[in-house]
Amino acid sequence: MLAALRTVIRRDLLLAMRNKSDAANTLLFFVIVSSLFPLGVGPEPALLRTIAPGVVWVAALLASMLALARLFAADYADGTLEQLALAPQPLAAFVAAKILAHWLVSGLPLVLIAPLLGLQFDLSGTALLTLMASLLIGTPVLSLLGAVGAALTLGLRASGVLVPLIVLPLTVPVLVFGAGAVEAASSGLGAQAHLSLLGAFLLISAALSPWAAAVGIRIALE
Amino acid sequence: MLEARELEATRGSATLFRGIGFALRPGALLRVTGANGSGKTSLLRVLCGLAAPSAGEVRWNGTDVRALREDYWKQLAYVGHANALKDELTAAENLEIACALAGLDAAPARVQAAIARFGLAGRERLPVKLLSQGQRRRAALARLALSEALPLWILDEPFSALDADAVERVQSAAGEHLARGGMIVLTTHQEARIEARSATDINLGDGRTEARPSH
Repeated sequence: MLAALRTVIRRDLLLAMRNKSDAANTLLFFVIVSSLFPLGVGPEPALLRTIAPGVVWVAALLASMLALARLFAADYADGTLEQLALAPQPLAAFVAAKILAHWLVSGLPLVLIAPLLGLQFDLSGTALLTLMASLLIGTPVLSLLGAVGAALTLGLRASGVLVPLIVLPLTVPVLVFGAGAVEAASSGLGAQAHLSLLGAFLLISAALSPWAAAVGIRIALE
Repeated sequence: MLEARELEATRGSATLFRGIGFALRPGALLRVTGANGSGKTSLLRVLCGLAAPSAGEVRWNGTDVRALREDYWKQLAYVGHANALKDELTAAENLEIACALAGLDAAPARVQAAIARFGLAGRERLPVKLLSQGQRRRAALARLALSEALPLWILDEPFSALDADAVERVQSAAGEHLARGGMIVLTTHQEARIEARSATDINLGDGRTEARPSH
């Protein structure tokens, strides 16, 4: 079974390598949206520091929504999803593998570039590290929740708009505690509690959402 | 053995077919015919266990396939209407991945042989998006050459987009599969010349089942 899961991850990474624009679009969107704010609100360091965690987190949220519509759509269109559904392994395991590959391509780059964006907002060293940590724990939750939305809207015409509408409300706790972690760190309170809660979200969504998404896919295929 | 009893499928409020039943034994071929829109693909998806019939049941060796799930799917090779190929990958890569997912042996030599068998030798390093429609269908069907260990093949319009040479290759692969005790269900519009111990036709238009003399 592990070999089959490795195959799915390797395949999705290979496809991302051959088709780099998809991953690049997400990253560029993230960079551009979060860079617009310092330009828009003006170069007032105190103000920028205050809005930084929220702005970067909201930009990450929107960027990951952008990538979600493609998570299962291509496999659905070319028939690969049917083959996965008829494979000897549980579909939920394949879904988990696909989510992991999707996060590596579209979530991890956001985490890695975030400190650079944080500099525009004059964030301190600890705040930058906390921002990275909160994104590292939080963006997989976005991919996991998003997978459920992507599975539920599979085959619908307006799925590009529907996915964010379904998923964004669910991501509110992640946004609150993700941005809250950075604020807590910069005000000297320590981000431990926020990060622990994010970790709890990650565990719960990792345990549940592949199953939910697999059910959604089976319904779409029927 | 694959059995279907009193299968019925509906689309919206319209009934596609009802009362479809058959028993497919090792070495037997079932050909599903019918006009466009008569529900051939729907029937195959029900037989695969992808879709639930609105009435009736499909049994594999006596157990409902919707209950067997993975235990049934690991014995099944399904080639659907869509080719399940990734455009950016080569035919060889596509085959390796498909086999790894189905738990089949995908040693490079075997993949190479399967590609050659379906007449794609020399094109195995091209991304699939550069192949013609017929060549893509060949690449999708080449999976069958690696699926000899799976007893049941379900093929949806395997001959669509294929030229005479490729049709011949698919028929010979199917004939060999039946000769070693495999079972095949396929939909087609054309007369398939497949060597089979027993061959049955089901016409979804009138719901009639008739045994055909084998070729």
